[in-house]
Amino acid sequence: MDITRAKIRELRKALDGKEIGAEELCGEYFKKIKVTDPKLLSYITVTEDKAKEMAAAAQKLIDEGKSSALTGIPLAIKDNICVEGVRTTCSSKMLENFVPPYNATVIEKLNAEGYVLLGKTSMDEFAMGGSNQTSAFAKTKNPYDTERVPGGSSGGSAAAVSASLAPAALGSDTGGSIRQPSAFCGVTGIKPTYGRVSRYGLVAFASSLDQIGPICSDARDCAVMLNAICGQDAHDATSARVGVPDFTAKLGQPVKGMKIAMPKEFFSDDIDNDVKAAVENAAKSLEAQGAELVECSIPGLKYAIPAYYLIACAEAASNLSRFDGIKYGFRGEGRTFEELIRDSRSKGFGEEVKRRILLGNYALSSGYFDAYYKKALALKQEIIKEYSEVFELADVILTPTAPTPAYKIGAQDNDPVKMYMADICTVTVNIATLPGISTTCGYTAEGLPIGMSIIGKRFDEQTILQCADAFEQGFEPVAPKL
Amino acid sequence: MSAYYPTMGLEVHAELLTNSKVFCTCSAEFGGAPNSRCCPVCSGLPGTLPVLNRRAVEYIIKAGYVMNCDISRFTKWDRKNYFYPDLPKAYQISQMPRPVCLAGTVNINVNGEEKVIRINRIHLEEDAGKLVHDDVNRISLADYNRCGIPLIEIVTEPDFHSADEVIAFMEKIRLLLQYAGICDCKMEQGSIRCDVNISIAPKGSDELGTRTEMKNLNSLKAIAKAIEIEIERQEEILDNGEKVIQQTRRFNEALGETTAMRSKEDAQDYRYFPDPDIPPIIFTEEELEAIRLSIPELPEQRVERYVSEYGINKKDADIIVGDKRICDFFDEAISEYNNPKAVANYVIGELMRRINLGEADMDNLRFGGREFAQLVEYMQTDKVSQANAKTILREMIENGGTPKEIADRGDLWIKEDNDLLAKTVDEIIANNPKAAEQYRGGDQKVFGFFMGQANKALKGAASPKAIQEYIRKKLSE
Repeated sequence: MDITRAKIRELRKALDGKEIGAEELCGEYFKKIKVTDPKLLSYITVTEDKAKEMAAAAQKLIDEGKSSALTGIPLAIKDNICVEGVRTTCSSKMLENFVPPYNATVIEKLNAEGYVLLGKTSMDEFAMGGSNQTSAFAKTKNPYDTERVPGGSSGGSAAAVSASLAPAALGSDTGGSIRQPSAFCGVTGIKPTYGRVSRYGLVAFASSLDQIGPICSDARDCAVMLNAICGQDAHDATSARVGVPDFTAKLGQPVKGMKIAMPKEFFSDDIDNDVKAAVENAAKSLEAQGAELVECSIPGLKYAIPAYYLIACAEAASNLSRFDGIKYGFRGEGRTFEELIRDSRSKGFGEEVKRRILLGNYALSSGYFDAYYKKALALKQEIIKEYSEVFELADVILTPTAPTPAYKIGAQDNDPVKMYMADICTVTVNIATLPGISTTCGYTAEGLPIGMSIIGKRFDEQTILQCADAFEQGFEPVAPKL
Repeated sequence: MSAYYPTMGLEVHAELLTNSKVFCTCSAEFGGAPNSRCCPVCSGLPGTLPVLNRRAVEYIIKAGYVMNCDISRFTKWDRKNYFYPDLPKAYQISQMPRPVCLAGTVNINVNGEEKVIRINRIHLEEDAGKLVHDDVNRISLADYNRCGIPLIEIVTEPDFHSADEVIAFMEKIRLLLQYAGICDCKMEQGSIRCDVNISIAPKGSDELGTRTEMKNLNSLKAIAKAIEIEIERQEEILDNGEKVIQQTRRFNEALGETTAMRSKEDAQDYRYFPDPDIPPIIFTEEELEAIRLSIPELPEQRVERYVSEYGINKKDADIIVGDKRICDFFDEAISEYNNPKAVANYVIGELMRRINLGEADMDNLRFGGREFAQLVEYMQTDKVSQANAKTILREMIENGGTPKEIADRGDLWIKEDNDLLAKTVDEIIANNPKAAEQYRGGDQKVFGFFMGQANKALKGAASPKAIQEYIRKKLSE
């Protein structure tokens, strides 16, 4: 058996049962990365030396019988999460040589478990995009068809897990950046409730929407990862003061009687027929297990894209202002401050990032603020209201994760608006600060994975994990052929 | 007499005396080696997040109370976006539509006249760093130690019409902030800074003229001078039939002139929006009341207490309260020796005199109020003479130590030694038979001569009262 295809909990058993050592285990992944990743470009930085040290430390814990869920487990980390001493680029020329002097809170938590870092995964530049093609360094390809995109922005993390170049990875999700690449690459990814995971050390894209979450091969592994990374953090004032449950607690419980809402707007003509059919089939399979399907409506969905892009771009424009060439990162040329800053930003950022900065600054400009940003915030409140109404009737909401399966590289390059519209199924979950999980629910005739999303009430990750797991238990995934 | 009437409003920035910065745990102390007091958060590294220092919020609420403001029950933070190398995040966290404090008043006294200055708002924000320009090597260096020091910005209504009023206001809020323990108000270290908005209009006109904003005023002297020359500059413009341009001007103290920095046309659009990293705060009545009750005694209350409880006259009480360091010293002294009037007299008459002469410095005093009080007590209870008390105080200023040690060492005590007194005075009288005769003949003036001689000879070893009694007794024989 190829151990790299094992689940986290299987690796746990193998490590604790001394079937394999921690160092040997991460070595298996590095071997595979060397062979396979040149075809995929899922990693920007591979940290083999550091991994050996971490594995040795983990092995010591295991030998002393002090292992916890992730001790010795190799993981890939999206390249916008700061790891002390490891280059963190955000896939941008701007941060090509940036080495953070501190750890993100999630990294501290993983360190406490004794995880092993495989490397930093590629992404869309500053997490802006859904294809990984805006990366300045590694334009990741889809393991199911290397002519297609892996999705984004956590495309590197999703592709790496899909191709068994990591058993699990961390991603970040601002408008679907965990769920959509998970769908495109045939893996399972969860965006936790806003505030569930500390954002400290996640290079900010849109602060009110960003959330770190895991990408794994199934919902059960997602639960294991969540147990390690969630919790209130003194370094993040937006992290929620709520108790952290055992996310594995409801796994395996039957979904009998669970009310699953399917808002009709998510099954409109804008969604591919293949996708709709696969999600509807999945719904039937859950219904067959005793779940109850509920019809409902989220009329605000038609405003979701403009509201999302106004809020996200406005926050991004401000968040990305610190990249001015003065303190760290790429520095251009100029005789004055103004020239230096202008040149650094003109040359350091890619096209998509610049487009969003311009859009965001325009929306915040005096005279336009009320018409754009304030309006977007009002729409946010409306969308929150509509979701809470649906949750009065249902326990979870089921939707497609993306309107299409993975598309061909270059297919949307010249049409940013079309690209933005492709986020329609995922952005409202961020706007409404809800948790959402994407899992594979079928394949197209060409063998491309199709993802469905299960959306839960705030801080009710347990129920969406339970629901996703219930489906996964009766579903036979097909691994990519590489 | 000028044909114009000036109108001014102030924006005062005061750094709060919190131990740590407003959004991280770095030390908020002044100075330090460049970039030694910063961390990933205040130097704006990617991924870092601000966490609000609740102590800073408590302090601005206190500032609001001492300036009679309305305290908002709901307050939030906004980002003010602009690029400058001393601002690592390229935005300053500040407050725009929902400041902590609104609509207050401060009473000032200008040349004996009471006046009320209205406060428009007070909000909390973070300070920026500092740039050091090296003209020789043609480089600029950034020091981020000051980044993230909590600042309050006090915005007044345009209620000032003379430099004297502005100075009186600055002195008043300095006292208020110092007594409330909010800011040390050291202008020379930049912990309190002031921008003046200034316009002039023909006398009798109801409308305000076009204003200019004066920046970089780092002393009361600079404020007064800048106001004077800016009013003159604007008068000249209007006299020539020209128009004042709305602009920001920088005061150059060395040259005694103001120069334009930027005009309204190139004013920046700060693209304010709510900071998504910092949740808004809702205060409960209990929280606000607890903060209000924690405000220490304010200057006016102290003057009142000194006059009514201690019987110190208002003028002296004002002098002592006018410098918080002196006032705290005084309070410490009277806790040691409960004779406020005597202590007050000696503080004003001797300690402050020496400070004014430059002999002593309140910031580097080598002794405390307790030691000072012991000295006053020795004088009041005839243990040391006034002359020797001065000697002891000089020694305390120069080398520190307690009055007892110094008096012991220098043999400066009054001695209850009647033989010494008798011997010394008898000798003086014997050596000055003519003067003794004069006194006995009814010339009281020579008594002073004998007192002086005796004091000189005894070097404070006897109390003036004992000397007086003995001379009188001896000369009446």
